[in-house]
Amino acid sequence: MARARTATKARRPSVLDQRAAQPLATTNGRGSRGDRIGVRKTYKLYIGGAFPRTESGRAYEVFGARGELLANACRGTRKDIRDAVRAARKAQAGWAAKTAYNRSQILYRIAELMEGRRDQFVAEVMAAEGVGRARATRLVDASIDRWVWYAGWADKYPQLIGTVNPVAGSYFNFSVPEPTGVVGIIAPEASSLLGLVSRLAPVVVSGNAAVVIASESRPLPAVTLTEVLATSDVPGGVVNLITGLRRELASHLAGHMDVNALDAFGASADDRVTLEDLAVENVKRFVRPPAAGLDRYDWLADAAQSPYLIGEFVEIKTVWHPIGA
Amino acid sequence: MTLTKKPETRPAPNSWGLVGGENPWEYAPAPEATDHVRIEPEYGLFIGNEFGPAKPRKTFTVINPATEEPLAKVAHASKADVNRAVAAAREAHRSSWGRLSGTERAKYLYRIARILQERSREFAVVESMNSGKPIKESRDVDVPLAAAHFFYYAGWADKLEYAFPHRTPRSLGVAAQVIPWNFPLLMLAWKIAPALAAGNTVVLKPASTTPLTAYLFADVVRQADLPPGAVNIITGPGEIGMELVRHPDVNKVAFTGSTAVGKMIARAIAGTDKKVTLELGGKAANIVMDDAPLDQAIEGIINGIYFNQGEVCCAGSRLFVQESVYEPLIDKLKNRLATLRVGDPLDKNTDVGAINSAGQLAKVQELVESGIAEGAEIFQPDCELPTRGYFFRPTLFTGVSQSHRIAQEEIFGPVLSVLTFRTPEEAIEKANNTPYGLSAGVWTEKGSRIFKMVNAMRAGVVWANTFNRFDPTSPFGGYKESGYGREGGVHGLGAYLDLSDGAGR
Repeated sequence: MARARTATKARRPSVLDQRAAQPLATTNGRGSRGDRIGVRKTYKLYIGGAFPRTESGRAYEVFGARGELLANACRGTRKDIRDAVRAARKAQAGWAAKTAYNRSQILYRIAELMEGRRDQFVAEVMAAEGVGRARATRLVDASIDRWVWYAGWADKYPQLIGTVNPVAGSYFNFSVPEPTGVVGIIAPEASSLLGLVSRLAPVVVSGNAAVVIASESRPLPAVTLTEVLATSDVPGGVVNLITGLRRELASHLAGHMDVNALDAFGASADDRVTLEDLAVENVKRFVRPPAAGLDRYDWLADAAQSPYLIGEFVEIKTVWHPIGA
Repeated sequence: MTLTKKPETRPAPNSWGLVGGENPWEYAPAPEATDHVRIEPEYGLFIGNEFGPAKPRKTFTVINPATEEPLAKVAHASKADVNRAVAAAREAHRSSWGRLSGTERAKYLYRIARILQERSREFAVVESMNSGKPIKESRDVDVPLAAAHFFYYAGWADKLEYAFPHRTPRSLGVAAQVIPWNFPLLMLAWKIAPALAAGNTVVLKPASTTPLTAYLFADVVRQADLPPGAVNIITGPGEIGMELVRHPDVNKVAFTGSTAVGKMIARAIAGTDKKVTLELGGKAANIVMDDAPLDQAIEGIINGIYFNQGEVCCAGSRLFVQESVYEPLIDKLKNRLATLRVGDPLDKNTDVGAINSAGQLAKVQELVESGIAEGAEIFQPDCELPTRGYFFRPTLFTGVSQSHRIAQEEIFGPVLSVLTFRTPEEAIEKANNTPYGLSAGVWTEKGSRIFKMVNAMRAGVVWANTFNRFDPTSPFGGYKESGYGREGGVHGLGAYLDLSDGAGR
């Protein structure tokens, strides 16, 4: 019955139909030579180090900047968010317990593996963002360099943010930063790769685990990034990525009681109040979207990377001990 | 209060083997004199360096919780008064305080610190009269620490550019500050000192039961000759605090108080660009390992929970004792509890003073009743309480389980819940099993074990082999639902500065 109804409904012409005839900017399924039929990738979620489909079995169509259909992406659900938070919580303590030297090397490894997939990322960013090859190359290179930059901070930022405190008494007293825990990230909508990396790297470098809601309209480079993460010695669960519709996902992440902080830098100004209000329920640390909006935000600028950003997602722990015989 | 079950008690301490009819621990009364202290019959709002009545004129009465006698009438601010105070602060930020160089701000703050030291006796006495805390605490802790905060942040005022590499710190503007009744003057200092050092102006609302030292501080501001409007103090109920933090011309909100109210404030300012710090409730674990120095630990436990009648957000209200030392520790603890002197806050020998208000006393009583009803064993020393005033015996519960309300909820009173554990892992699991994360304590002689435990505590302040220590150089603040942001140290300074340039926003 259902099948009959579908069959009679006028089907919207899909670019998929013309894919063989019209080479796409993306590498996904593009024939490598002549008329060979390409092998397309199924874009999936990334939860706990595995690549499940959404538990709902739903998908939504992702279009390129010129309106061509690029792929079907998973239309994640509240349950997927909860699974991701559980995976993040499970992974977080172990990630934080690794030495800073080790985390530093793992972040550097992400850069190494991205470098190897540079052409693929360039093609995907071109397709997703509608930019030319030169611009896309700059964005991808900056994304790779950003991992390198943050990799170096892992064993340095505590010396910048931590203090030894000269208290007026016979005590040794110091303050050290510790990761906040599980951090939710609303990835920037427009900057599909560099925007995501710019927000994700400062969160995980200190030992947090992240649950990311990918750009809704441009999720594919993010999914490809998770394939890099899965092979970069980043323990499963440290980064989790859900694709789907923001209105179905963001409020569940913001309101989740086992999420310690929410990076809403990539959220729209319209969503901000709702998210901030939901975040209050368990006193989440909340990073607001920029006052001027993200439309003109320059992700390539030096200002888009900062050790102070690492500081937004750490807690300062102060320790006292008496000095005596 | 009538308890549904008679608590286990322990009589005066001469029963622990000391012979003779005389109790050798008895002290003669040693009340602090109050004749040098002048409390005005009525205090107006302090706006633009002038005291004046609320508009419309309305007052409420502030009492001494140890005697239930009225101390003074205090102005009950209206929404219009909030507007006036914020306008005065804005004008001072625009035209006077906000234009001063750091060097000049520093000298004003040093002045305030010095005047607080000069008038320390007066502040201590008024603080004890108004809050119910023992004079030895207000004299030795609250007032000296308040002065120390101003002295510390005075020194930062002209060095801001050295504190935050790659940043150009700028003041935020007008800071709205709402503080609790447990450390009225000290919380004022924690709030006002860094705010002024950073170049902000301030509107502060003290708790409605404890405004007197704030108004005394207003007089210090006048003596120090601060530009009018740099510091404004308004009094009223909680709704006035909400009006203040909601005010659209406020740039920074700092709140210390309950988690419930903290959440209301965070909701009220959601969607604004106000910078926020929240220092909220706690339910600290104080963990005694089997190799702990027990006698030292006893003092730390007592100080951890009975300091300031337990009305401390970071109080060590959950005691975790490793099973192998449980018996000797509890025995020592009960003996020590029996020596605590409960009574007149102005008596220099008093250890535990009055609970701050009838409402708070009722809350403590209700939670203690719940502890009994849920099956925990109550112990209280057999001490006499004054016939008037809001007093409560220092109380200890044994046989407490994780699910009991007295192990979960912040009591904010002199009530200790004792739980046990077998392994360090179990202690860590239980200690962190709370939505709060303000403070924790660890007692052990083994260095590596200290660091294992310190690392594992999800809490903003961890005292190892000590408890309840505070210092202006030492950042203080919580994890999880105990709030965010830090007060004290360079971290507390950053909370009052715009450090946004280059941070990507």
